[in-house]
Amino acid sequence: MARKLNLRIWRGDATDGGLKDVQVDVNEGEVVLDVIHRVQATQMGDLAVRWNCKAGKCGSCSMEINGKPRLACMTQVASFEEGETITVTPLRAFPVIKDLVTDVSFNYKKAMEIPAFAPPADLKPGEARMEQVDVERSQEFRKCIECFLCQDVCHVVRDHEENKKSFAGPRFFIRIAELDMHPLDILKNRKRTAQEEHGLGMCNITKCCTEVCPEHIKITDNAIIPMKERVVDIKYDPARMFAGLLKREKRS
Amino acid sequence: MSGVFSPTRAKIKERTLRTDKWWLEPAITFGVLFSFIIYATFRAFEGANYYKDHLISPFYSPCLSEACVPEATIFGWTPVSATIFNFALSPALIILIFPLGFRMTCYYYRKAYYRAFWLSPPACAVAEPHTKYTGETRAPLILQNAHRWFFYAGLVFNILLTYDAIISFKSVEGEWGHMSVGSLVLVLSSTLLWFYSLSCHTCRHTVGGRLKHFSAHPIRYKLWSWVSVLNHKHQQFAWYSLAAVAFADIYVRQVATDAWTNFYFF
Repeated sequence: MARKLNLRIWRGDATDGGLKDVQVDVNEGEVVLDVIHRVQATQMGDLAVRWNCKAGKCGSCSMEINGKPRLACMTQVASFEEGETITVTPLRAFPVIKDLVTDVSFNYKKAMEIPAFAPPADLKPGEARMEQVDVERSQEFRKCIECFLCQDVCHVVRDHEENKKSFAGPRFFIRIAELDMHPLDILKNRKRTAQEEHGLGMCNITKCCTEVCPEHIKITDNAIIPMKERVVDIKYDPARMFAGLLKREKRS
Repeated sequence: MSGVFSPTRAKIKERTLRTDKWWLEPAITFGVLFSFIIYATFRAFEGANYYKDHLISPFYSPCLSEACVPEATIFGWTPVSATIFNFALSPALIILIFPLGFRMTCYYYRKAYYRAFWLSPPACAVAEPHTKYTGETRAPLILQNAHRWFFYAGLVFNILLTYDAIISFKSVEGEWGHMSVGSLVLVLSSTLLWFYSLSCHTCRHTVGGRLKHFSAHPIRYKLWSWVSVLNHKHQQFAWYSLAAVAFADIYVRQVATDAWTNFYFF
């Protein structure tokens, strides 16, 4: 049975904008994206919203709902109090294009800066075999749907635009971790470049990326902290220093 | 204007649009940690009431100062002077840096106090008040990378505190095979400290996390798997062990000042 929902939607572009109040019908079982589509169909025909799969797998409908970065297609309207006004805004870490659509090209630039998988040059296709225990860590990171909610919530860039130059962000730390933990990847300087070029040291472990990840990837515990520990291995480990085992990796 | 108020971003004047009680968790964290700091500082400078009848406070163990009660020392070993520049030096101050450093650089506590004390950020998607941010890339926060040093030191402390817990199974007269409430308190405290250390991210990395090739190192993979299970509860162990250590110190102090009687079960 339909009921009325009070919705506040941010409308505007890079020059100006603001929150607009609307009242819209909502049916049992609907998600926030359903309601936005109904607003678009009945009241705001030019409302811009990016979406695709409506199944939490494409990562397109990332936005902020009551101030929290979330996927609109995975946010049940019933999860809010009846009578509560739901506020919907674009991601606040990226430049806005129009209404709920932001320019996330920052992330694509950062993706290009990460060196690709580097297997041994003499490895022929189909030659390598991996056991499940070697694959598992990478598999968790491969669940990433690139919704960029982790990038949006990370205060290093969300609250400091100037850090975008030197900080890749949690999504790309899991990419670096995935490659550095891969048994067949032979690129030696991933740890050092993670620290010195991709800004791993700027992360202060406040775990917001993990909190918002719709795929429940343990970004901080399984990727960022292990990478920080690997950096300690090559730069700050006392046992290795004292034992003379510290092997400095050659810079690329 | 920077951050969420940058010119290209959506024009929203609020620092956050969160409607839940996002401030509650950092407020509680601040309250608990600040209370602990005040109490620990008082106790560290008190320099007394840390030993009674084979019970030694974890704040004062190992007791390395010449000022230590002889029974509280490790086989009478007191390598550190009782005074420094003519000021009396509490035995707790000599060793405080190790447990303090371990907790200060702990990956869980970093989250807790960056949020609660430094508001960086106070909560997820809540704009922080600072205009600049360099994270842990320069002094003093680059010292967070010393966590591993403190982890190794913490293991030594755990061994010593376990020894203290074992010693507490003596009667007042020094006979073995007796157990008091104090014994249970020290056993609980040292056990939780072991869980806190073994669930540590550095421990997880050291036992196997640093490997690229788990299948080539099955024993280390198994160790890593076990530590990973504990690691999921690291936050809980951090709080439980902190509370247990504080309570152990309170208990020993109360017994040492004769405010409480240490009840013996047998």
